[in-house]
Amino acid sequence: MPKKMKITVVENGFDKEVEIEVPDEAGSWPKPDTMRVVNKREPRMDGFAKVTGHAKYALDVRPPGMLWAKMLRAPYGKARLKSIDTDAASKIEGFKAITGDPKAGREFSFAGEPVCAVAATSEEAADDALHALNAQWEALPAVTTLEKALSDVKNGDAGKNILGDPQKRETGNADAALQGAGTKVEGRYQTSTVHHVCLEPHGQTIAPGTGADSKKLTVWATTQGIQGIHEQFVSTSKLKASDVEVICEYMGGGFGSKFSIGPEGRFAWELSQQTGAPIKLLCDRKGEFQSQGNRPGYIADIRAAATPDGKITAIDVDNYGANSGGCAMPYVYKFDTSRTQQREVRLNAGAPTAFRAPGHPEASFMTEAVVDDLAYKVGLDPLEFRRKHFANDKKRMRQMAAGAQAIGWEQKFQKQPGSMPGAKKRGVGMAVHAWGGGGGPSTPITCKIHPDGSVEALSGTQDLGTGTRTVIAMIVAEELGLKPTDITVEIGHRSYGNAGGSGGSTTCASVSPAAFMAGLQARLALFNAVAPALSAKPDELELRDGTIAVKGNPARNLTWKQATAKLGMNPISSVGQWVPGLSSSGVAGCGFAEVEVDVETGKVHVVRYVAVQDSGLVINPTTWESQILGGVIQGLGYATLEERHLDPRDAGFLNANLLDYKVPMSKEIPEIIVINDPEPERGVIGVGEPPIISPGGAIANAVYNATGVRMRHLPITPDKFLMAMREQKGVA
Amino acid sequence: MSTIKQLHINGEKRTVAADSERSLLHVLREDLGMTGSKYGCGEGQCGACTVLINGQQTRSCITAVGDVAGKQITTIEGLEHNGHLHPLQEAFLETGAMQCGYCTAGMIMSGVALLNKNNNPTQQDIVTSMQGNVCRCGTYTRIMAAVQQAGKQMQKGVK
Repeated sequence: MPKKMKITVVENGFDKEVEIEVPDEAGSWPKPDTMRVVNKREPRMDGFAKVTGHAKYALDVRPPGMLWAKMLRAPYGKARLKSIDTDAASKIEGFKAITGDPKAGREFSFAGEPVCAVAATSEEAADDALHALNAQWEALPAVTTLEKALSDVKNGDAGKNILGDPQKRETGNADAALQGAGTKVEGRYQTSTVHHVCLEPHGQTIAPGTGADSKKLTVWATTQGIQGIHEQFVSTSKLKASDVEVICEYMGGGFGSKFSIGPEGRFAWELSQQTGAPIKLLCDRKGEFQSQGNRPGYIADIRAAATPDGKITAIDVDNYGANSGGCAMPYVYKFDTSRTQQREVRLNAGAPTAFRAPGHPEASFMTEAVVDDLAYKVGLDPLEFRRKHFANDKKRMRQMAAGAQAIGWEQKFQKQPGSMPGAKKRGVGMAVHAWGGGGGPSTPITCKIHPDGSVEALSGTQDLGTGTRTVIAMIVAEELGLKPTDITVEIGHRSYGNAGGSGGSTTCASVSPAAFMAGLQARLALFNAVAPALSAKPDELELRDGTIAVKGNPARNLTWKQATAKLGMNPISSVGQWVPGLSSSGVAGCGFAEVEVDVETGKVHVVRYVAVQDSGLVINPTTWESQILGGVIQGLGYATLEERHLDPRDAGFLNANLLDYKVPMSKEIPEIIVINDPEPERGVIGVGEPPIISPGGAIANAVYNATGVRMRHLPITPDKFLMAMREQKGVA
Repeated sequence: MSTIKQLHINGEKRTVAADSERSLLHVLREDLGMTGSKYGCGEGQCGACTVLINGQQTRSCITAVGDVAGKQITTIEGLEHNGHLHPLQEAFLETGAMQCGYCTAGMIMSGVALLNKNNNPTQQDIVTSMQGNVCRCGTYTRIMAAVQQAGKQMQKGVK
């Protein structure tokens, strides 16, 4: 019997609750051991296109007559344009147009801020035109680094508008608790501003239509949100929404930074209007660092206290963010009393954007370092300290036990931190994390069954590399009794349907229920169509060994092709919507690191990392595990390698390249052990973000266990380690 | 500035008309439509543009096209023959050694350069040889496993 179910659909941008009729099976996933395809390792559907170089990314497209565009950028944190020679640029061979407002006297507020853009017949000609502009600049006094800005504020040397309004949150009386008896820690904790470093830079290729289509526009974007990019181009161009197509079949990394068309999109549109030609405008690597977002750095003064038996009683946080109003402080742990004050420090530097689990890795590192300090001070093994804290949380207890066993905590934990003889010292540390990752009704999926037996699944969603195509194919195949390779998945076009942005780890949990419903409805429609041929009622049919058969009488059957042939002139097209019951939100995880620190060179080598993660029902363990590995490795970069360096004199960006801004490469990769903590009954939950959270805290805590040196500033580079060792141990 | 008129790419002679100072990557992508090699940094620091020049792994973004005229250029497009993949491409598929795929071509070309010289590399050989290639999605563990696996196939004579 069909049942009624209330679902939320998005209509004109607003959530609207509607009641729909769904089959009885729609409320939950079958048990994993009864599924043929889902929850099994499956090769990526996009693998062949990627290993052969056939996959077309936004910047690989070259419409006929396309012009190259390049942007001029401000060189200093606060810069005044003294002079610029647009006439000279226009005389360069191949020059076609210039846009923006390159007027002498204009001021810019961060190094790399786009000024204007030129279009020319080749990339080289566009470069020549930029040089011919011969822009002359004056550096103005700038707010340069977080450290300097805070010390200027303290000394009364800073201007009025450096600090944002404080955001305060208070639970209980933290001051009183901190003044009372107990074990206390106090210190300044700091994280650095880090960058997404998408290997494919931001940018678009856009093509205005010609002739009868002159009011149309096609955009090839590299984006995490095709629908959002569509809305932004519609708003910028004033074209009809139905006349703008946005395409993103493949994209080379986003990590939270690719939701906006940016100045590069607006300039590209203006240049295409001036010239009537298609335009390609991409950021070069330097510009990519300068203007395409970051995870902001923080400086926090923290005090915390615990009772002698290891109960955390209070935390007091005074946090300052680099162009950020705060992060998720204090993190995960429950403090009896807490006081948090967070303020933005307005630097002359590129603005932050969402970056994989925004606000979490930074808060996790700072909180975990404090918790670890408290544990050692009260004389408890930090794992034991956390066990006491989470004693009533079965899931955390289970996860910590699994992680501790996999890293070999009992054998490797240094009871006397730093006591291992020799220059190379090993130790272990841990951290815990939490995330949401739920789905929603943003992304319908259309399943088509053709009379020749072929099957399509269409969606306007995008694949960031997480394996969305494969997930859709697997679920539809499961529902139709086919193999994933039997399903042609078409995604990455605005015209294929609405699609939510891929942020907040929501894609898999949004797409999977819709794919399930699309496949289920298509199967029931097929049963309806073929029931007369089997002299049965539709609800007497089932999928069985690649056939559609009468229940209890498998000899009465049709093969898939025989069945679909009965569709005649009426192919099936069913639209699956997200329904509740197949996905949920809220995950927990933890990370355990083993490090080796060379106390002579200061080099931290992560030897081994254990990531424990729950995320409900895993659709494809192969791509799921890839997400965990990638998150851990980005977290390792955050912990030990990556930081933005601004010039303290003029806020110029000193290391906007991949030589001086170091990201993890082959040499830095530890052994990584991934442990799934499955709860399939909860349905699908996204996992893209949580694995990046714990490495910062776990690695810093392992460094302490190895060396007895408490690192309160990420990344733990050799210079910072040696400095901290000298300060804390008094030795050079 | 001289003009380069012919390049030897993937076993074929290709006609071009490119200033000798232009980057090989740009000529491949813009003039020849061979977009499998990617722009990642333009400074030879990320490896996304890696091709083989007379078998040596080379960053095409910082290689002047004038320097490679007359030499054998192999790109990602040259590894597949009528749907038959190179053992390393097969190994990437089997191990799931990719996410966004933007680094994949460069990774495979770096791996092929190594395997052509040494089809029984140690883990250390692989790490050293692949060190200049960035995979921001963090798929290194599987990429290194894929190189090892492909080496084993090549030892058995699989081409």
